[in-house]
Amino acid sequence: MKKLLQNSAFLSLLIALSAIIFGYWLLQNPRSTLAFLLTLGALLAAFMLDIPRWLKVLVGGAILLLVVPMAGFKNSFLFELGVQTGIYAAMALGLNVVVGLAGLLDLGYAAFFAVGAYTWAIFGSKQANQFMPWHIFPLPGAYFYLFMLVAVVMAALTGVVIGSPALRLRGDYLAIVTLGLGEMVRVLANNLDHPVNLTNGPQGITPIQRPPIDWFIGLFDRFGIHMSRAEAYPLFFYFLVLVIIGIVTLVNIRLDRSRFGRAWIAIREDEVAARAMGIPLLPTKLLAFATGASFSGAMGALFAAKQLYVSPESFTLIQSIMILVMVILGGMGSIPGAILGAATVTILNVDLLKTASDYLNDLRNAGFVLDLGIFKYNFANLPNQLEPAKYERMVFGLIMILMMIYRPEGIIPERRHLAEMKEKA
Amino acid sequence: MLEVLIQLLPSVLLEGLILGFVYAMIALGYTMVYGVLELINFAHSEIFMSGAVAGAETFILLKAAVPNPFILLALAILIGGAVAAIVAILVERLAYRPLRRRGTTNRLVPLITAIGASFFLQDLVRLIEGLWHNAFYRRYPSFEVFEATYTLPNLLGSVIILLTLWIVFWVLAYFAYWIYRAATGTKGVSRRASRGLWIASLVLTLLVAVIDRGTVFGDLGLTIQMKSILVVVISFAMLYGLNWLVHKTKLGIAIRAVAQDAQTASLMGIDPDVIITYTFLIGGFLGGVAGVLFGLLYTLVHPYVGFIPGIKAFTAAVLGGIGNITGAALGGLVLGMLEMLGGTYLTFLTNGAMGTEYKDILAFAILIFILLFRPQGIMGEQVGEKV
Repeated sequence: MKKLLQNSAFLSLLIALSAIIFGYWLLQNPRSTLAFLLTLGALLAAFMLDIPRWLKVLVGGAILLLVVPMAGFKNSFLFELGVQTGIYAAMALGLNVVVGLAGLLDLGYAAFFAVGAYTWAIFGSKQANQFMPWHIFPLPGAYFYLFMLVAVVMAALTGVVIGSPALRLRGDYLAIVTLGLGEMVRVLANNLDHPVNLTNGPQGITPIQRPPIDWFIGLFDRFGIHMSRAEAYPLFFYFLVLVIIGIVTLVNIRLDRSRFGRAWIAIREDEVAARAMGIPLLPTKLLAFATGASFSGAMGALFAAKQLYVSPESFTLIQSIMILVMVILGGMGSIPGAILGAATVTILNVDLLKTASDYLNDLRNAGFVLDLGIFKYNFANLPNQLEPAKYERMVFGLIMILMMIYRPEGIIPERRHLAEMKEKA
Repeated sequence: MLEVLIQLLPSVLLEGLILGFVYAMIALGYTMVYGVLELINFAHSEIFMSGAVAGAETFILLKAAVPNPFILLALAILIGGAVAAIVAILVERLAYRPLRRRGTTNRLVPLITAIGASFFLQDLVRLIEGLWHNAFYRRYPSFEVFEATYTLPNLLGSVIILLTLWIVFWVLAYFAYWIYRAATGTKGVSRRASRGLWIASLVLTLLVAVIDRGTVFGDLGLTIQMKSILVVVISFAMLYGLNWLVHKTKLGIAIRAVAQDAQTASLMGIDPDVIITYTFLIGGFLGGVAGVLFGLLYTLVHPYVGFIPGIKAFTAAVLGGIGNITGAALGGLVLGMLEMLGGTYLTFLTNGAMGTEYKDILAFAILIFILLFRPQGIMGEQVGEKV
């Protein structure tokens, strides 16, 4: 059996078969969480196991480009899940540069997300008329792509502004200072509706323009698939996110192998030694901070366009912590790890905890009685407070503690990090 | 406008002082753990919170059985402190000790564990409270005895005003002189010049007092509530007790020995693990008592109440020089007063454009400022990176 599992041909067959079976199952039952998870499991297995590269691409392409979109038409929640996973994966990759490569613990990462989101939200809605003269706002949706770049620049600049005092500090101080600065950005977003109304305060900004998709609908029309706008937007954002993830991953891989990537890792491993080798500490750290921030800023702009609505509520500490948990779960410094972590945590948070809540609610409403002979429990007595979906902090906290105690290098460890974590004091 | 500012000063500073005592007690927990483990115990804000919630439960449960509010408060303090101490020890045992056993060189690992423990505890308390009462917001009952207001003599207010003016003038003069010295190419301020600045600012203060005697020695109407008096008295007693414990008892000597060098201390027959447990116990107890006092002052407590006071207390610990016990107490008092001053005067100075909602930001600004320009704090010694 063991020998059989090491046989590449057998593995390939197994993965191809499971991808087909689970994918077909998902298409038949698009609402089944189990089918969705198994399909993703097949995708993960295809990526992790030792099979030919063409098969990996084939399985990945088939699942991401065919099965999920087709199932998504029957259950648009899958698109929501996919887009959220994608946004978080890109942010996890950005935080991975800061925490994983450069070893700087940033607890205010959601601040850059907020900067990106507000950049498009203010100019892509009527909000900018409040403080700018020409009354030309909202800008047309096509400006969205331009503003994604603007958001990248704005977030990177914010990163430099926040980083230049914070990055002079030692590791543990940096964590608490970035936490404070992240909260500062949220408080500012909450209160900058007076004296000048920049952010519209706690009410948030809505509606926000979306990029135009007539060409996208037209493209599908040509193949005989007709969609309304409401149907096309989730699909469009799904594909957009896939493209962005592709770009971000590529950038990340290139960075990892570049001069800067090696400089960041050197700083992470030993600051003093890195400095002795001629790496300028502050500029290099700032570069890592700004790079990470820029990823987050781009996703913020996308988030604003997808959500049609931003408010300070979306950029709390728990967001920063969630992204950190993704990086930790996948493995600090590991690119596939960050994506896997983002997918796991998003699915856990958006889907599984809610499903568990709904399940408990159903049991409670039905007055289900559990009868184990000696132990009898009527679910109608279950307290309303017992809702797994509301206990995300507990789940995240538990993941952090357990990972740090039992597997600090993460699920898919990066080679150099693994060596460091195993090193004894 | 200046007259209003001066008239408000004593009451604002008094409020700040009361708040500062609460911060000081939380800050001690951070600083003691940092002293022995070199770890920012993020979970300390939740240890504080569990004390506050346990205190609220004690008040609510025993309100009918114990008619005397003072005895009730004593019970709440004992139970709140005990619960917080138990939580602190459990966090140490279950989260931090396994990491120490494995012995990793990575500094991020314990820090991330601490953050995880903090979040875990927030929702754990929410779960317990939710299952118990089907709601997780708890309110401290109010007692007439505690709410009663007393008027303080006007002279006290006048003294507070004069002292504050003196300190403010001194700080301004010191900065001006420091900048002047830096501009002319020399660094620092000599002892003699410093004494001169003290005297000059005292003269300036007296001048203001003579010119504006109507405001400074007028009817200030300074009042204080019974519960605020209780907070000050209890926390002062606690801080004094801790000072005695750390400096005069065998346990205190052992704690300081472990903080200085755990390995050498263990050669002297001290078990660092036992001492670390004691440190968490003491810090947790103080944090829990601070939680009960906080609840007494602000009445509403919930599982997420610890975050903001926690981060402010950490700021206070850094302000006083982290690892330094006297510094933490002093930092708490200074931060409490600065926060109250900022919260009140920001609205005045910006004509209402920036309100009290920015006062939380003020603490962060102070934290960053201190870390950048004087990372060793007011009382701390130089902390360089060990190579």
